Amino acid sequence: MPEPLLQIRDLNIAFETSRGDVRPVRDMNLTIFPGQTVAVVGESGCGKSVTAMSILQLLPKPPAKYLSGQIFFQGRDLLKESERAMRSVRGKDIAMIFQEPMTSLNPVYTIGDQIVEAVALHQGKSGRAGYAVAQQALEDVGIADPARRLGEYPHQMSGGMRQRVMIAMALSCQPKLLIADEPTTALDVTIQAQILELLRKLQKERNMAIMLITHDLGVVAENADAVAVMYASRNVETATVEELFDHPMHPYTEGLFKSIPKLGANRDRLDTIPGTVPNPQRFPAGCKFHPRCHRMQGDVKCSTVEPNLREVQPAHWASCHHVPGYESALVTIPTISHKRQITARVTQEVNA
Amino acid sequence: MSSSTADYRSPSDALSAAAMQLAKGQPLLEVRDLRTYFPIKKGLLQRTVGHVKAVDGVTFNVPVAQTLGLVGESGCGKTTVGRSLLRLIPATSGEVVFRGMDFFAYRGEELRKLRRQMQIIFQDPMSSLNPRMTVGNIIGEPIVVHGIAKGRDKDELVASLLTRVGLDPSYASRYPHEFSGGQRQRIGIARALALSPSFIVCDEPVSALDVSIQSQILNLLQDLQQERNIAYLFIAHNLAVVEHFCDEVAVMYLGRIVEKAGSKELYGNPKHPYTKALLSAVPDIDPRPRRERIVLQGEVPSPSRPPTGCAFHPRCALTREAAKGASAAETTEIKVGGDRLRVLTKCVMEAPELEQKQGEPGHVAACWVSR
Repeated sequence: MPEPLLQIRDLNIAFETSRGDVRPVRDMNLTIFPGQTVAVVGESGCGKSVTAMSILQLLPKPPAKYLSGQIFFQGRDLLKESERAMRSVRGKDIAMIFQEPMTSLNPVYTIGDQIVEAVALHQGKSGRAGYAVAQQALEDVGIADPARRLGEYPHQMSGGMRQRVMIAMALSCQPKLLIADEPTTALDVTIQAQILELLRKLQKERNMAIMLITHDLGVVAENADAVAVMYASRNVETATVEELFDHPMHPYTEGLFKSIPKLGANRDRLDTIPGTVPNPQRFPAGCKFHPRCHRMQGDVKCSTVEPNLREVQPAHWASCHHVPGYESALVTIPTISHKRQITARVTQEVNA
Repeated sequence: MSSSTADYRSPSDALSAAAMQLAKGQPLLEVRDLRTYFPIKKGLLQRTVGHVKAVDGVTFNVPVAQTLGLVGESGCGKTTVGRSLLRLIPATSGEVVFRGMDFFAYRGEELRKLRRQMQIIFQDPMSSLNPRMTVGNIIGEPIVVHGIAKGRDKDELVASLLTRVGLDPSYASRYPHEFSGGQRQRIGIARALALSPSFIVCDEPVSALDVSIQSQILNLLQDLQQERNIAYLFIAHNLAVVEHFCDEVAVMYLGRIVEKAGSKELYGNPKHPYTKALLSAVPDIDPRPRRERIVLQGEVPSPSRPPTGCAFHPRCALTREAAKGASAAETTEIKVGGDRLRVLTKCVMEAPELEQKQGEPGHVAACWVSR
């Protein structure tokens, strides 16, 4: 097995609030190998973005506190690095793109200036050399007439174009890991298809790893090699993408699959997961999913003992007392080096 | 009682129970050639220099207790259609006939009475609820304004509405910020239901909600439709949600409907090249995809300067394919983003109208090439 690029082990984060601590990330484990796409899926507030921000140490302290855990990147623990050392990691080794391309670009600088800033910082190229790198970066993400675009401001571009600029900026320093936090959520489906296609192409060319944070199971199905499902600040299931979609084990994952409308599926009614996601300030005791779970059926264990993540089957981890084989399964750190057998669909490129 | 034309009944008649009965086969709502243009103003004198044709001649019917879906990408005009037909945005021209009455002709008190019948549910449940009003007042306000009930009767009505949308009646004394997104959307639905409407515009009602909450809201809307015979205009960009929820679906591109058909027919047998591309762009919920993907290059053109003829022609693969087999006289070369492409002259010169295509009766598309 190759060396993991990134490994998060037993990460626990707390936010101090006036009403006591809340725990946005609990006992999080995640492993990403070079060139792999690992999706982190969950609903708003489940802790997926906080996990991502913690990798780059972007959480303000306070209110954030790292209670325990390690984040190994190429063998070194990022949580032990100084702010100075982290600055050379951010953007250079690990880059991040966000959901809102408008709010993450500076409106008063040109696109060119913003890309060159990163290039100058990490590659020591400024001025004309920096602009040459920036122009190449825009060309790589499929922006027509890149030389002219470098002199434009973010408001002169459409949403899809801005997201391409964000990707160009993130990839200008050839990072080994790209954290993409809901990269296509704000975009229309046809533009989403373009952006995901672009990310797949660039990933292949550069053997870059992607941590893909999303709530869209369709995006996961098409892009991920391995998937971690989060619920109430915790990783509740991890498996390869094929295994997870074929045999979801956790009742939350199973419920999610059943509740989304699928194209071509004729159903009169959607199945639903009753209730709502619990507020982190008032997490229920035991399994955090038990008040919404159909498997519980009065089992006291569910409402008192929180199940931890266990390797129930080879390369399939889940945390539920009611999964067959859970009792005897071992607690291991989820590590999946699997890459999907890409069944590349016929892509009809329409040039316009 | 001044109704504009003799064919239309006045709303006071309409509000009598007998007049509420629709003639057999008559749609609840008819929209005919609706146009909404926004002026582009420039210069010191703010002279109008042009128009953004947000909605450019849209025609459709919504039958009683049925759902018409309106899909398209951002900027295609789908939201403007919903707002214009409720007169929340003034339409430039066109007709909206509701229960046989010319809705655009009414004024004042009569209009207010008619409006009880037509409600709207918004996308963002946070910004559409007044943060300074209690939930009870939000839902109760229309009941009081329209003189349906007051005092304790009103409170009882509010409580029963809250119960119906799956909320505890005690929530009436709370404020919107105390609720989650899904709960707020339920409050918005209760408010829309307060006047017992027969038609509701649902403008992206679930797109701001978490996946596990979306299905709860969709099921609730479906139940209410069956119970109360409500017709919906369901505006959304999520194609899978629309397929699941709607009886009929209309696809919009740059202010026009380019294809309309029964939901199953449209998804199973799409005719317009834009519909095909849109459907193929939806990610499969399956790691082993089967469908072919058509990746459209470029983006939707600006509605202030739409392409001539068929607005889709610069991105259309079908017209290019057809141009290969056509004589030189029938084709034209166009320049798109630096590439020279040969397309059918007709597609560049003349805008196609919606016409019946091979398939179910009522399956219409606006395309010169597709059959």
